[in-house]
Amino acid sequence: MNEPRVRRDFSDGPLCLSGRGVTKVFGLGDKKTVAVDHVDFDFHEGEFVSIVGESGSGKTTLSKMLLGLLNPTEGEILFQGKPRDISSGRKKREYWKGIQAIFQDPFSSYNVFHKIDSVLLDCINMRGGRALSREKKIEMMTEACSFVNLKFAELTNKYPFELSGGQMQRLMIARIFLLKPRILLADEPTSMVDACSRATILDMLLELRNETGMTIIFITHDIGLAYYISDTVYIMEHGRFVESGPADKVILNPQAAYTKRLISDVPKIHEEWDLSTVDLKAEE
Amino acid sequence: MGKVILEVRDLKTKYVTRFHEDVYAVDGVSFQIEEGKSLGVAGESGCGKSTLALSMMGYYFPPLHYISGDIIIDGKNISGMDPDTVRKTILGTEIAYIPQAAMNALNPTQKIIRFVEDVIRAHDPKADKKEIRERATARFAELGLPKDVLDKHAVELSGGMKQRTVIAVSTILSPKVLIADEPSSALDVTSQKMVIKMMRELMEKGYIKSMLFITHELPLLYNVTDDIMVMYAGQIVEKGTAKEMVFDPVHPYSHGLMGSILVPEEGTRGSRLTAIPGTPPNLKKPPQGCRFAERCRYATDECRYHAIAEKPFGEGRSYRCLRSVDQLREVYENE
Repeated sequence: MNEPRVRRDFSDGPLCLSGRGVTKVFGLGDKKTVAVDHVDFDFHEGEFVSIVGESGSGKTTLSKMLLGLLNPTEGEILFQGKPRDISSGRKKREYWKGIQAIFQDPFSSYNVFHKIDSVLLDCINMRGGRALSREKKIEMMTEACSFVNLKFAELTNKYPFELSGGQMQRLMIARIFLLKPRILLADEPTSMVDACSRATILDMLLELRNETGMTIIFITHDIGLAYYISDTVYIMEHGRFVESGPADKVILNPQAAYTKRLISDVPKIHEEWDLSTVDLKAEE
Repeated sequence: MGKVILEVRDLKTKYVTRFHEDVYAVDGVSFQIEEGKSLGVAGESGCGKSTLALSMMGYYFPPLHYISGDIIIDGKNISGMDPDTVRKTILGTEIAYIPQAAMNALNPTQKIIRFVEDVIRAHDPKADKKEIRERATARFAELGLPKDVLDKHAVELSGGMKQRTVIAVSTILSPKVLIADEPSSALDVTSQKMVIKMMRELMEKGYIKSMLFITHELPLLYNVTDDIMVMYAGQIVEKGTAKEMVFDPVHPYSHGLMGSILVPEEGTRGSRLTAIPGTPPNLKKPPQGCRFAERCRYATDECRYHAIAEKPFGEGRSYRCLRSVDQLREVYENE
């Protein structure tokens, strides 16, 4: 069981997605909120990156900008080394072939009127498989479902809401398996499923990365989870990256005060949880 | 052994669906909590943790129904009481409950002091407003809540502050048992720590005598409670002290659950998480044998046909598996 995972060094590898001075400001004048504040990042091909931060740190805003759902107020995002161009609908669709997402809430990720077959068929069609024979398509869908430990024969003609949360989230990964994007953005994909399904989903994501070499950007508030799964960790506070680097270095030897506090506030099992660091009398 | 504050004996409750089907959500649960102790309940979603909490309050409204069993708080059996009597005599003084979404339990149009008045007046309709305020101010100050909280509306408070206010209000009458159902799951780590610290203070100052803490977060449970029990499909599969349960789980299900703990500590990264395949059984028709048999890696045919009773072992521990403790430990070691 306890075979250690080998960590690769990605820092010299080809760049997949990077940002220079990416900023997002909501509102105007006195009421403006700087959600993401001049962040720079370099995500390499095949890297498993985690962005860790508490609620309100700007991680979801950043993920929306990476996906092209929001336009940055300032700065630029580079996709495979070239400035990203998503100015028209057609270019956006082209970009989304390269980047896909899994969201927190599996229950609202699906169109309730579409059956599971059509969810998966859409993915095949999007990858240019429209002309394939029916048998070939079913074969591909079966393969994708078995990759995530689901049985396609049991799912066909069902609606997504007939599945449990964990199964729905796995079906989401089956979609990604069919689409094979260069980048997968996972925004808290395990926070609504329980601990046992969480382990299954995490292992599937790791396997997906190892098999297809895609970059996975994992957004989470759970620092233990980030430590377990990622190669590189970015710690985010108030819209800025306060610390970043290899997971071992950042989590076991944190430098920034915020990272230290975040780690000390998580309950652990080998170290005593020090409750004296918080003061009940302190005004919030 | 300390004085037993809460004892639950063979509690069975069910949900009745729209189609008149019975779902046995809590099926024969027994445990005790001694004075000054806390007990944690762990398990995946749908295993009956929250139903256990609701059932223990004796607060039965359809679709939840009581079948059998005893709930004894400090020598007083409250099982089978009608909900109205429970509300007037039990809730608040004997037992207090903090639901998962406690933060949303506050009426946005009322000031916090009104909730305190509500709680106290449910038991003493003639209570004086001024006295109530004095009492609330004193208790809030002791728990470290700013004194202006009492005159604020819920929307003016942050999430962590709201949760702490709810805890302070619901324990104002010093109940004997506090049931906390995922009190900190919706909060970030720092607020979570403050909530836990406050609960510990309540315990140390003797405002609550015992606590039942329900959560699916195992590292939290390990740090908060003295004992842990693991629930699966409406039954308790293993009980023990927090340390024993995390470092030496015996039942295959608890073993799997403890294998999925993620903490930012050295050694976690290289290890592999244990994943338990499959889904829990349908409780409309619970399996006749071991409920975990379908998902258990070590299950034999025998497991599927024999109902398994809780077996005591070690010092006050118990588990529910056909195999002996030594057999199970040997199996885990050879993996």
